[in-house]
Amino acid sequence: MKLTYAKAINEALRNAMKRNSNVFIMGEDVGIVGGTFGLTEGLYSEFGPERVRDTPITEQQIVGMSVGAASLGMIPVPELMFNDFMGCAFDQLLNQAAKFRYMYGGNMKIPMTLRLPCGGGLQAAAQHSQCLEAFLTHIPGLKVVYPSTPQDAYGLLIGAVRDENPVMYFEHLSLYFEEGEVELDGKPITLGSADVKRQGTDVTVIATGLCVHKALKAAEILEKEGIRAEVVDPRTLYPLDKETIYNSVIKTKRAVIVTEEVKRGAWSAEMAACIAEDIYESLEKRIVRIGELNTPIPYTKNLESYVIPQTEDIVEGIRSITD
Amino acid sequence: MLEKEKVQSLYETMLKIRLFEARVSKCFAKGQVQGFVHLCIGQEATAAGVCANLNQGDYISSTHRGHGHIISKGADIKTMMAELFGKESGYCHGKGGSMHISDTSIGILGANGIVGGGFNLAAGAALACQMKKSGNIVVCFFGDGSSNEGSWHEAMNISSVWKLPILFVCENNLYGISSRVDRSMAVKNVADRAVAYGMKSTVAYGNDVTVVYETAKEAVEYVRSGNGPMLVEYKTYRQHGHFEGEPDVYRSPEEIREWLDQDPIKNCEALIKEKDILTGEERSMLQEKIESEINEAVRFAEESQFPPAALAVKDVYTDIVEEGRVDR
Repeated sequence: MKLTYAKAINEALRNAMKRNSNVFIMGEDVGIVGGTFGLTEGLYSEFGPERVRDTPITEQQIVGMSVGAASLGMIPVPELMFNDFMGCAFDQLLNQAAKFRYMYGGNMKIPMTLRLPCGGGLQAAAQHSQCLEAFLTHIPGLKVVYPSTPQDAYGLLIGAVRDENPVMYFEHLSLYFEEGEVELDGKPITLGSADVKRQGTDVTVIATGLCVHKALKAAEILEKEGIRAEVVDPRTLYPLDKETIYNSVIKTKRAVIVTEEVKRGAWSAEMAACIAEDIYESLEKRIVRIGELNTPIPYTKNLESYVIPQTEDIVEGIRSITD
Repeated sequence: MLEKEKVQSLYETMLKIRLFEARVSKCFAKGQVQGFVHLCIGQEATAAGVCANLNQGDYISSTHRGHGHIISKGADIKTMMAELFGKESGYCHGKGGSMHISDTSIGILGANGIVGGGFNLAAGAALACQMKKSGNIVVCFFGDGSSNEGSWHEAMNISSVWKLPILFVCENNLYGISSRVDRSMAVKNVADRAVAYGMKSTVAYGNDVTVVYETAKEAVEYVRSGNGPMLVEYKTYRQHGHFEGEPDVYRSPEEIREWLDQDPIKNCEALIKEKDILTGEERSMLQEKIESEINEAVRFAEESQFPPAALAVKDVYTDIVEEGRVDR
């Protein structure tokens, strides 16, 4: 059936809560109002206030209590209203959630999935528009998931909740109302499995989140010029399905990496470095990275659109190594 | 007045902590224990007196100064000592050290090296107890210094709002590292802040283990009965520096002497003598017994192996072993 990305996430939450009574949700406005963007709609009335908990506006607490509850066998799926608020919760991610299993000698599990709405395009300005996945991918002990389609959003969330490790689940705000075919089969997508979203032979475009859709548009445009781009969506940034990505790059001999993050210190830099370190000899051209300009996100539309990578930037990037 | 057996067992726990910590101090000076080690010498009564009121199924969360809490909750001192020595047979197989000992099987949720890092974790554990209707409670140990962290206020607030089964136990040892409490907070007691969260609280003398035991008993019963959280603040003093090897330049010799005179173990020994709870001979036998347990723990730690290097890449995740170095 056709569902939006937001509804697919909502259905995955419902599935997880029905399947295991230890699963519960915690966050700001997730209960009575069903989430700022309606992501948890209907769950409060279906599962009750014990399992769908409205919290005070305290991000550190939302994450910290989730980690504490997870350490005793609960399966929390907390939400931060915007990933930009992770600053308030950072110690609990960096020094607690990510470290418990290791520093306590493998004696603890933290089966928590933190939902992190991210991304620009809503004119929400500097503190409500960022893509901060690189911060969390940098931390050993966390897994990082970033779906681009409703079906992936559904399957990856089910997979994340069943995972016994802390999983950071990024969801792009501008994708919430995008529709796609979803099979509500309750099946998890394995964390660490990339997906080839479009087959091609001339260049590999590795893209995440909303940029997958922009890359697909760019591929369509370039097809008319005879350039056949393959679009690979890693879907999880850690664990990373290097095999699928490398096989594609080895085939096309060219790699373009597109993410919405500020380019400096981005996850895309890690991806580029991996390719350069591991399969440099298979490249015929330099690696191209496309990302956000190195600025905060501005409010007004023309400035925001200028800063965020757009389809034409991807088209240009691909052309620069396929001429 | 507590029954004799109870005083005797509290005394035994305190002595075990004291002798353990004193030995760790020596092992640190010898270089057998590395890193940062924060000893609780002088604060044994709070750990022993509070934990004596808990069941095995109850939980404690601890701090960087956590050895006493952990021993009081029933941790094995051989496995603890081995961890301090960085050995594979230690609680964390040499990956945690002094600040990260945990044993969930006996309710030790783990000591924490981040001041204030444990409050919301403890509240989350209490939420799990509440949701599972297990009847267990969580004791969250903390120091005066960490009550200035925002996380403390968040956890106090939510615990009250959600009536969580959690007892906040403040060991006010008068200093947050080098800063005396009156330089860090404008109220006299940490417990004065509880009113802001609608939480019941009490302040007591922390160097008399019988006082600690009885106030904690009442507080534990209050929390266990489903009344929601409570805060107990104990006034105490750490006799060593913030960490081993620290230059203690911020406390006056008079103040240190004054608190050494109020040593919790000496206080308990005076009571034991006065009430004829143990004879001098029984007391030295007890001391010898604990000394030999500690000798055994040190021997175990010394004889244990360091972990193989390959262990460094395990247990980052439940299902992924990270890449190691090829040549080593």
